[in-house]
Amino acid sequence: MPSILAFGSYVPPRIVGNDELAARLGCDAAWILQVSGIEERRVADGESVVTLGVQAARACLGQSSVPVGLVMVSSGTGERRFPGPAAAIAMQLGLGGIPAIDIPIASAGSLFALALASSLTSTYGNILVVATEKMSGAASIERNTAILFGDGAGACLVSPGPGPLQILASVLHSDGEGTEALHLPLDGPLQMNGFAVIRHASGKLPAVITEALLKAGIPVSTVRVFLMHQANQNLIDRVARAIDVPAAAFYSNIRRYGNTSSASMLIAAAEWFPEASLRPGEIVCFAAFGAGFHWGALVARAQ
Amino acid sequence: MTTTQQIADLVGKISNRPAPVAEDESLFEAGYLDSFTLTDFVGQLERVFSIKVPDADLTPRRFDTLARISAYVEKTPRVNRAGQS
Repeated sequence: MPSILAFGSYVPPRIVGNDELAARLGCDAAWILQVSGIEERRVADGESVVTLGVQAARACLGQSSVPVGLVMVSSGTGERRFPGPAAAIAMQLGLGGIPAIDIPIASAGSLFALALASSLTSTYGNILVVATEKMSGAASIERNTAILFGDGAGACLVSPGPGPLQILASVLHSDGEGTEALHLPLDGPLQMNGFAVIRHASGKLPAVITEALLKAGIPVSTVRVFLMHQANQNLIDRVARAIDVPAAAFYSNIRRYGNTSSASMLIAAAEWFPEASLRPGEIVCFAAFGAGFHWGALVARAQ
Repeated sequence: MTTTQQIADLVGKISNRPAPVAEDESLFEAGYLDSFTLTDFVGQLERVFSIKVPDADLTPRRFDTLARISAYVEKTPRVNRAGQS
C-alpha cells in the first residue's frame, strides 16, 4: 500500500495582523476575528508561487533521501496562464527531466494531488506533492474575502512502499454546479458567494469524510486527528459537530495563517505531524472542499 | 399563521432567541443570522415551504429582513418531492 514519507511547509516571513488589515479595508479588527477565527496571515513580498513551493518542497525532501519520479503541484494562483508552476519548481529542486504535473485546483488541490499520487506511485515511484498559493493578491480588495486569505506552501512525499502514514482509502468528488459560487477570473479579483460555499461545504465535507472512513473500514470515533483544508474556523467547528467528534480532533492553524487555499492542508500536516508522536495504528483523516466545486477525503494509518 | 409569522418562528429557532417582530429589521445586524446560520435557515425554509433556493439567490440582501424573506417565499414556486416545480 502507498504511504506518506514526509511533510514540509513554508510561509513567507511578513505577518499581516488584523489591525493592519482592518485599517486598510475600513473595518473592525475584532469583527475579522469573530467571523473567521483568523488573527494574522502571511503575505509574500517579492516571492512567487514557484519560490514558495520550492521552499516547502525542500523542507519536505530534506527529511527523506529517496529518488523522486514525479512532481505534482496544485495551485490556483499561478502567475502565468501557462505553464503552471510544476516544471519550474521541479527544475529549481534539481528534478528537471522527470514529469511535473500541474493541478490547477484551489483549496482541494492538495487533497486531489495526494489522492492521485497514491494511485500513481506504483507507476512513477516516489511522488513529490506540492501545494503553493499566493491568495493575498487574488483577494486583496473586497472586504469579505480579503480578510480570509494568506500565502504559503506545503508539500508531502508519497511512496509506493512502507512509510510513517499508510494510505488506506480516498474519495474525490467534483460538481461544476459550483463554478460561479467561487472563482478567480483571469483579470481578478476573486469572486465568492460565501453563503453558497458555506452551504455546500457544510454538507459535503461531513459526507465525504464519512464516505472515506466507511471505505477504509474505520469508525469515525477512532480517528486521532482530522487535517482539513483551513478555510474558516467556524466551518471546521461545524464539520466536527456534524460528524459528532470534538472540535479539538480537528487540527487548526487558521488563526496564524488564514486560508492559504490548496496549501493549507499540507501546511497543517507539516506542523502537526512532527509534534504528534503518532502511535502505530492511529488514524489520520485528510479532507478538503473548494472551488469547482471539488471536494474529497483521504484516510491514512500510522505505521 | 401568516407566512411572515412562520418565517419569524424559524428565525427564532435557528438563532435560539425570541422570534423577531419588526418586519424591516436587519436580521444580520440584529444578530439573528450570520453566514453559517443563514445556510441552516434556508434549509428550513426549503423544507417548511417546499421551495428550492438556488445558490445564486443566497445573498444577504434577499434574506436580510422578514419582509424580504416573506416576499421571496411568496414568489418562489413550490416544488414537489421530486424537486420539480
